[in-house]
Amino acid sequence: MSIDETTAARVAKLARIKVEPEALPGLATEFNTILGFIEQLNEVNVDGVEPMTSVTPMRLKRRQDVVTDGNQQAKVLSNAPDAREGFFAVPKVVE
Amino acid sequence: MLDLTYEPPKPKVIAGAKHDWELVIGMEIHAQVSSRAKLFSGASTEFGAEPNSNVAFVDAAMPGMLPVINEFCVEQAVRTGLGLKAEINLVSAFDRKNYFYPDLPQGYQISQLYHPIVGEGEVLVEMGPGVARLVRIERIHLEQDAGKSIHDMDPNMSFVDFNRTGVALMEIVSRPDIRGPEEAAAYVTKLRQILRYLGTCDGNMQNGNLRADVNVSVCRVGQYEKYQETQDFSHLGTRCEIKNMNSMRFIQQAIEYEARRQIAIVEAGGKVEQETRLYDPDKGETRSMRSKEEAHDYRYFPDPDLLPLEIEQAWVDGIAASMPELPDARKARYMADYGLTDYDANVLTAEVDTAAYFEAVAQGRDGKMAANWVLNELFGRLKKDNHELSDSPMSAAQLGTILDLIAKGDISGKIAKDLFEIVFTEGGDPAEIVESRGMKQVTDTGAIETAVDEVIAANPAQVEKAKANPKLAGWFVGQVMKATGGKANPAAVNEIVARKLGL
Repeated sequence: MSIDETTAARVAKLARIKVEPEALPGLATEFNTILGFIEQLNEVNVDGVEPMTSVTPMRLKRRQDVVTDGNQQAKVLSNAPDAREGFFAVPKVVE
Repeated sequence: MLDLTYEPPKPKVIAGAKHDWELVIGMEIHAQVSSRAKLFSGASTEFGAEPNSNVAFVDAAMPGMLPVINEFCVEQAVRTGLGLKAEINLVSAFDRKNYFYPDLPQGYQISQLYHPIVGEGEVLVEMGPGVARLVRIERIHLEQDAGKSIHDMDPNMSFVDFNRTGVALMEIVSRPDIRGPEEAAAYVTKLRQILRYLGTCDGNMQNGNLRADVNVSVCRVGQYEKYQETQDFSHLGTRCEIKNMNSMRFIQQAIEYEARRQIAIVEAGGKVEQETRLYDPDKGETRSMRSKEEAHDYRYFPDPDLLPLEIEQAWVDGIAASMPELPDARKARYMADYGLTDYDANVLTAEVDTAAYFEAVAQGRDGKMAANWVLNELFGRLKKDNHELSDSPMSAAQLGTILDLIAKGDISGKIAKDLFEIVFTEGGDPAEIVESRGMKQVTDTGAIETAVDEVIAANPAQVEKAKANPKLAGWFVGQVMKATGGKANPAAVNEIVARKLGL
């Protein structure tokens, strides 16, 4: 699989990262280097090998169904570029 | 085991300009899990709180915050799976579904694409006595809800509230086994009923706690059977997904409109484009959600913040052992044990609260009679005052006492209705009211005989007529009842009147 500039531009757009057109060829090359490495990994036969999800035998940590958090509206909104009446305010998005 | 024999309903057929067409419908139901805290944080799930007050830093996606799963939400998903006779996956895993939207602070939704917690199950959807559609469930996965955007508070800005962000949802995915708008609504109704019995989702559609995405396609008559034989989707038409509906009526209208739209395209020689659409209830039509198209590339990958979710069979067995009786089983029991009709059993089991009330009244009494009083007298009276059963002024214990008084012969059926009205409006212990207000039925035959004698003596002409036509004896019974203020035992009056008239 090879990434061209159009694909690189699309990935950037989906991630909402602004990339200037002149930076696209370099970005595409970087993607291809990464994918090339992945393809190299794909050459290893892993039939019958269970995926390793953790380096130590750990169980997914669980919490009880208890309310222990929240009630911090001011803190939650403190980094928002625009907040009004307790809401985040963003440019209008309507379907 | 429950043995319900049923016939599948006929699929809905829509006549196009050239051919007859059938509908094929699959649904994705998003059901909010009933829990106190969110799926991955300790913030409250309570509805209607101040904006952005039920938000933990995890929900706001602050850098460095890590999700920790709420075990009860997992239990609720498992309970739901068991309720839909589905296989429970002891190992499941969470993935990130990436898309950009202001109500999604993480920039991704944590969901379960590759390894859902619940696998294949089924829902039996009744469409009438002996007619039902068995809808196969493909999977149920756990995922996070998004926040809420409000568009009408400012002309240029949307306001976003993260209170709902991160609340646990179950996405219940059906196979395309639903064959018409009515079936679709009946499916949602049945699913909602089961979830409410299980206590895993409150089913409040108005608050958005139960929402439906509907996949609709159309095909020529006969094609669907080919799909069912082969499970090969190429026999079916291209589907469109109508997103996010929270009303039974809109679901039906949207399906109907969408099917006709697709038929018109195909009959005109065009091709239906697979896309996401929105239903506009004001215009009564669906329209393309163009903004979603680009975002369709969700770039799923396993969430590196979460280990796979492993649960133990013994834990699942424990949940299975504590399952409540579900609607189908309860309905069958009401019909078998109490001799109720299919219709009455349906009404009494529709809501879990109704069933509980009925059972409290029926407990140790005549079930059929209890059903009649709950369905006719109580429901009728509640409706008259615009009451719900939940705020009924009459408790099941009070109604039960009234039935006991009838059964003992203390009051007649007619007096019971008066007593019902008194207890409903004034409250109090029915047995005490009967005593204190002298409503007790007269069973003393001596007193009844006197009353009958008096009526006969006062109406010689009627006596002659009744002797010629025994049907007129009813008139005397009525007069005696009137004279005794309705308190005479009707059976005793009947017998004495007939004897005295020599009938």
